[in-house]
Amino acid sequence: MTTMTDPPKASFQLSMLIYDTRYRSYTFQFIALLLLMLLIGYLGKNLVENLAAQGQNISFGFLSDPSGYDINQRPIEYDSQSSHMRAAVVGVLNTLIVAFLGCITATLFGVTAGILRLSPNWLVRKLMAIYVEAFRNVPVLIWILIIFTVMSASLPSPNQFRGESAEASMVLDAFAFTNRGVYVPSPIWGPGSSVVVLAFLASIIGVFAYRRYATKLLYDTGRLLPMGWPSLAILFVPTILIFFIMGQPISLDYPALQGFNFVGGLHIRGSLIALWFALAIYTGAFIAENVRAGIQAVSKGQTEAAASLGLRPGRIMKLVILPQALRVIIPPLISQYLNLTKNSSLAIAVGYMDVTGTLGGITLNQTGRAIECVLLLMLFYLTISLSISAVMNVYNNSIKLKER
Amino acid sequence: MKRTVFLGAMTVAGLAAGAAAAGTLDDVKARGKLNCGVTTGLVGFAAPDANGVWEGFDVALCRAVAAAVMGDATAVEFVPTTGKTRFTALASGEIDMLARNTTWTFSRDTDLKFDFVGTNYYDGQGFLVPKSLGVSSAKELDGATVCIQTGTTTELNLADFFRANNIKYEPVPIETNAEGQQQYLAGACDAYTTDASGLASTRAAFENPTDHVILPEIISKEPLGPLVRHGDNEWGDIVRWTLNALITAEELGVTSANVAELGSAAVANPEINRLLGTEGDLGKMIGLDNEWAKRAIASVGNYGEVFEKNIGEKTPIGLARGLNAQWTQGGILYSPPFR
Amino acid sequence: MPHDQISFVRKHMLPEAPPPATETGAVKWLRENLFSSPANTLLTLVSIFVVFNIASASAPWFLNGVWDSPSIAACREILDGRVGGCFAVLSERWNQLLFGFKYPVELYWRPGLAFVLLFVAGAPVLFGKIFPRKMLFFTGLYPFIAYWLIWGGSIMVPIFALLGVVVGAVVYSRVVTISAGVAVIAGFVAALIFWIASGYISRPMADVMALQAVPSRDMGGFMINLMLGVVCVSLSLPLGILLALGRQSRMPIIKWICVVFIEFIRGVPLITLLFVANVVLAYFLPPNVTFDLILRVIIMITMFSSAYIAEVIRGGLAALPRGQYEAANSLGLDYAQSMQLIILPQALKISIPGIVNVAVGLFKDTTLVSVISMFDIVGMIRGPILASMEWKGVYWELFGFACILFFITCYGISQYSQWLERQLRTDHR
Repeated sequence: MTTMTDPPKASFQLSMLIYDTRYRSYTFQFIALLLLMLLIGYLGKNLVENLAAQGQNISFGFLSDPSGYDINQRPIEYDSQSSHMRAAVVGVLNTLIVAFLGCITATLFGVTAGILRLSPNWLVRKLMAIYVEAFRNVPVLIWILIIFTVMSASLPSPNQFRGESAEASMVLDAFAFTNRGVYVPSPIWGPGSSVVVLAFLASIIGVFAYRRYATKLLYDTGRLLPMGWPSLAILFVPTILIFFIMGQPISLDYPALQGFNFVGGLHIRGSLIALWFALAIYTGAFIAENVRAGIQAVSKGQTEAAASLGLRPGRIMKLVILPQALRVIIPPLISQYLNLTKNSSLAIAVGYMDVTGTLGGITLNQTGRAIECVLLLMLFYLTISLSISAVMNVYNNSIKLKER
Repeated sequence: MKRTVFLGAMTVAGLAAGAAAAGTLDDVKARGKLNCGVTTGLVGFAAPDANGVWEGFDVALCRAVAAAVMGDATAVEFVPTTGKTRFTALASGEIDMLARNTTWTFSRDTDLKFDFVGTNYYDGQGFLVPKSLGVSSAKELDGATVCIQTGTTTELNLADFFRANNIKYEPVPIETNAEGQQQYLAGACDAYTTDASGLASTRAAFENPTDHVILPEIISKEPLGPLVRHGDNEWGDIVRWTLNALITAEELGVTSANVAELGSAAVANPEINRLLGTEGDLGKMIGLDNEWAKRAIASVGNYGEVFEKNIGEKTPIGLARGLNAQWTQGGILYSPPFR
Repeated sequence: MPHDQISFVRKHMLPEAPPPATETGAVKWLRENLFSSPANTLLTLVSIFVVFNIASASAPWFLNGVWDSPSIAACREILDGRVGGCFAVLSERWNQLLFGFKYPVELYWRPGLAFVLLFVAGAPVLFGKIFPRKMLFFTGLYPFIAYWLIWGGSIMVPIFALLGVVVGAVVYSRVVTISAGVAVIAGFVAALIFWIASGYISRPMADVMALQAVPSRDMGGFMINLMLGVVCVSLSLPLGILLALGRQSRMPIIKWICVVFIEFIRGVPLITLLFVANVVLAYFLPPNVTFDLILRVIIMITMFSSAYIAEVIRGGLAALPRGQYEAANSLGLDYAQSMQLIILPQALKISIPGIVNVAVGLFKDTTLVSVISMFDIVGMIRGPILASMEWKGVYWELFGFACILFFITCYGISQYSQWLERQLRTDHR
């Protein structure tokens, strides 16, 4: 005989909050929340008391006051009468500039070194291994300082370009490598230059259209069109033609020694170069490892299978290996970009005026608004990081292998 | 209550740095050490020597205060601070006083809630240029690259000066004085600007100091002085009057050599007697004993001695007294009377 | 065919001929590894050219190096115009580079001994198969011994600290049967109460077996980098595990707290956190309480690295097959047991390379403290040494020395982690 009885319905007891797994999680969460609120309350209370004791307050009003200091690298209009806010924006732009340049250069270094590490050439392999290990195992701050010192100690000063028997001379009469930075010619956009630029942009689109057409033709009819020289021709010929038709609206502004400094052209400052180069070469070493791991992650069978289909080595790389390797390479690559951006805050060591140098440096010093400045600084970096991670998540989802 | 909890935990952690209660004087006495904020290293003003012992003009003031309060000029904990950290360190009680060539300005005194207790060095911002540049005035620096140490009032003065004279320049911000020298000597900047005293100290360290000149323009007033937290007036008085005691001692001819003799019994000059505690009760009024000034002077010497020893003309820094001479000698050093 | 019609029959085997000269030894190696194709040959020549240039430029600098001279000026005099390094700065200032400029010279043996003991303590953890497990006992004691050696002071302080940990552990093991979470909290609270109580006892006993106390402000040089690296990584491991578990938790509030913490810390550069330690933290402490700068920095760097380690461990946890969790549950293990016995050992094993990477990165990042006026090795170089009259302008020797120190340490650690990975590989390949 069987009886069906419900389990006895125990009335709720306080001890169940700890012993009963159904309620325990609520207890924990409640305690955690309580502790968190207590902690925040405690810190907040201290903050209020401290500020009150010193007669200060939290206010962002100082951002609209004139900053009073000058910044050498100004992507936007700025002088010492501009507000602290504008100084911070200049800093943000400078951060983005060095991060952008650094990411591109680091990718170049990294991909080259990563592929060369797998080269059949023993010497090259070893040299690349030395590069990777040397740069990965020494702090980036030291590299930044070293490259900055190389810049200022081994390049000639503008003074040495002076006189009849100058100790230094410009390269091609257009580039001056000095210890204050590198001066390069910069374009002057005359009237009508926009047409040339538009023509160039159109040519780029034209190249893509041509390539797409050639691929389609190949798949449809099996006829192989040449790719290399027509692309180049499409890219340059129309632009050059229009350039001369419009009467050469774009000319170059060459740097020239005048007064204390080189004047004219584009001045890439030593601090930017030191930071850019150090970050690129340091991050490049990490990217090289990612690239190598990515290529090695593609199993040898894939290469052999592609070869047995009759593909040539270049096509094997392009059509079989790389698409699979990129899936492994890109996520860590993006997190390296993120690291590079965060490491660019070390600009402060070489006096590059990024956002840590303006908002977190001089503005903080001059106004004494430590909490506000550091808070804004963190918010900025946080925004960048989170948006890059968001992009990465989207990418990761899009390349996820849909196996089952 | 909360403080004891914190302290209990931290004693175990072993890293307790002590607490600065409202009465800084009592705290310093209880701790047995004066926490004094100084620069991270500026030869002549505050820098550790090869054995790690701090020396310099600012350091001497810290030592004098320690001697006055505790009778021991070595009972000082020197806290190196940067331009960024110095004010937070003082506000948070990490240090009891800041003697870090800090310019006395309106907003620092009022808005940042500190008390400047006096001026121990009257300075001004100048420019250092190589002679070969052929520049004799700062107004000729149009288009020049100027190296500048960040985190100081010098940045603002520089911007104001060039703006007022409507000339352009390229600022190169530098983190430490050592890097400033490196950049300047390598020719990465045409001029180096900071307080004139700092320029002299920097130039003294060069291999060929005579190849460089300090331009005649002094573009700002920089009264450098020690400061304490706002609100603790007793402690502020002690620092203020220790500084004044050193200045007065020079004026009255009291030196570290003769202070013991002059202070042993009352002498003819009543102000010396009041200063050294053989007459009146001045020490009691600031919460110390009557021999406080005697100890301070005995430990580091009077203002003139401190100056000569650390930054005077016989030292590599080679600064002339200039404005910093006694008012009786044509300077503007003028201590209120001790009475 | 008759036998005698054959003119010649070889009776003996020929000896094996040596392979052609191009297929053996150095020639073959060279041909295959350096000159296998025109492009390769070109690469080789370029590389040789580069190596030769670097070597020929730096060789005289090393060979003519001056190791004994009181200052850069004297050094240049000795060199007399030749190219050469002034390594005298290293022989003169090595102690400052390693220990900072204020650590008492006669006490150098103490951090030195602590450094050596670090290997003794680390050995059973790092090379578990070689050294006896009993040595782990010493590993547990090591932090307290090292603290006593480096900071000095009464031995009672580390002893009471150790006892507090023991009390906490005992309470944890008593309560863990009820619930792991409760046990962690209870153990922590018990230890805290013990420490606070012992604070009152240990103060009067400040002279018991006291070594000369050295305030942390007097420490500097490479010692600071090592200390920060070791302390912060070891502190952040348990924190990182807790954070990773919290992030995996099914309790939304706890999960949410952990996610926000981790993402926030990972989103900002370390240098802003150091700014917080340096200029902002003081505002959040009760009035009149100040921490030592080094302690503030340790707190911030530990938070920083625990967030990164948590992410690495989360990866390890996620990589475990679901079956492992379900198997643990089906055995009737509760959360704490299943984590301790089944999940974490496997997850941590997977995470080791990642953790080592974080540790190496963190160790390198300890140089950032030089930006907030601490005199670590970079701070010493940029500050007191390069600013001194004697050694102004000696960059390469000093930076090279720092590079070598960091390279040896970091390269050593990463080689170890690769070795460990091979050791721990339990799949059958």
